[in-house]
Amino acid sequence: MNALRGFAWLLVLQSAGELLAHALRLPFPGPVVGLVLLLGALYFEAVRTPVAACADFLLAHLSLLFVPVGVGVMTHLGLIGEYGGRMLAVIVLSTWIGLAVTALALRALMKQQAQQK
Amino acid sequence: MQNFVQLWVYLSSTPLFGLTATIAVYVLAHAFYTARQQAPWANPVLWTVLVIAGVLLVTGIPYPTYFSGAQFIHFLLGPAVVALAWPLWQRRVELRARWAPLLLAALIGGAAAAGSAWVLGLAFGLPTDVVLSMTTKSVTAPVAMGVAEKIGGIPALAAVFAVLTGIIGALSGKYLFDLLRISTTQPGWMARGFALGTTSHGLGAARALQVNADAGAYAGLAMGLQVVLASLLIPLVFRLL
Repeated sequence: MNALRGFAWLLVLQSAGELLAHALRLPFPGPVVGLVLLLGALYFEAVRTPVAACADFLLAHLSLLFVPVGVGVMTHLGLIGEYGGRMLAVIVLSTWIGLAVTALALRALMKQQAQQK
Repeated sequence: MQNFVQLWVYLSSTPLFGLTATIAVYVLAHAFYTARQQAPWANPVLWTVLVIAGVLLVTGIPYPTYFSGAQFIHFLLGPAVVALAWPLWQRRVELRARWAPLLLAALIGGAAAAGSAWVLGLAFGLPTDVVLSMTTKSVTAPVAMGVAEKIGGIPALAAVFAVLTGIIGALSGKYLFDLLRISTTQPGWMARGFALGTTSHGLGAARALQVNADAGAYAGLAMGLQVVLASLLIPLVFRLL
């Protein structure tokens, strides 16, 4: 029951996030506003226990949720035929650049913070 | 045989088909991934996508028919983004102490990922709307779609690029980090996880979670930060350009 109650909280906060994002014309998508709302709501035990049960399950299977969109790759076969190799090269290279820059930047920044203390 | 064909035609046009295929193939792919000691190349999302897309192409079932069932899984991405607050809240004390380097690394890393996709895409001569759809690829798919739409990209393409980026990061991250000599001690796991979450969002975070709990937590944080930073900054940058 806790997990279901947690799911209800997630949906309620996502809906509240959507409403706020639309009403206030925020630049963030609804679920992101919901995430921020939940950060505050987690200080309440009545929210925390059920949400923990549901969030652990949902996040443990996070990668499954990307499958339906991923299969959508088949609707772009024309584009892939024409630019497939180049698109893949750009995606792979920029992914590696992103990974390397982030990891090295964080390591350097953490060292700097440690030395200042 | 005739009956079987009729039954197949009926089943494959109901939402039940898309939902069943998504979950069943993923469960099998995940069992395979576990049997291969979670080797990066055995990535369950990669194989599930390839198998389902292959079956749809061979049988001629259109993607919208598949999606009518798969949308129930797709829908859960929204609540899952909200649920990311939970791992963040659990590490709130640590995060308060380290917010400055983390936020700065997320900014630098996110800019490097989006900027390099933009520059390389143009350099490789890809069409502008394709390149625009690539700049959001380090943000989790549902958010990438929204942001890409705002800057003139193609939402469906942005989602596919985001998933590909996620898979590539999950697949190759380990080797790249070993090459860069990022250690596998606690601060090393932190940097590895954070980089995976920043660049490869939910799929990087899922991989990081399986490998190391610290890496997983920081990957979740990085993914959340990227969602906020990208939905705020990418449209702003393109308005100024």
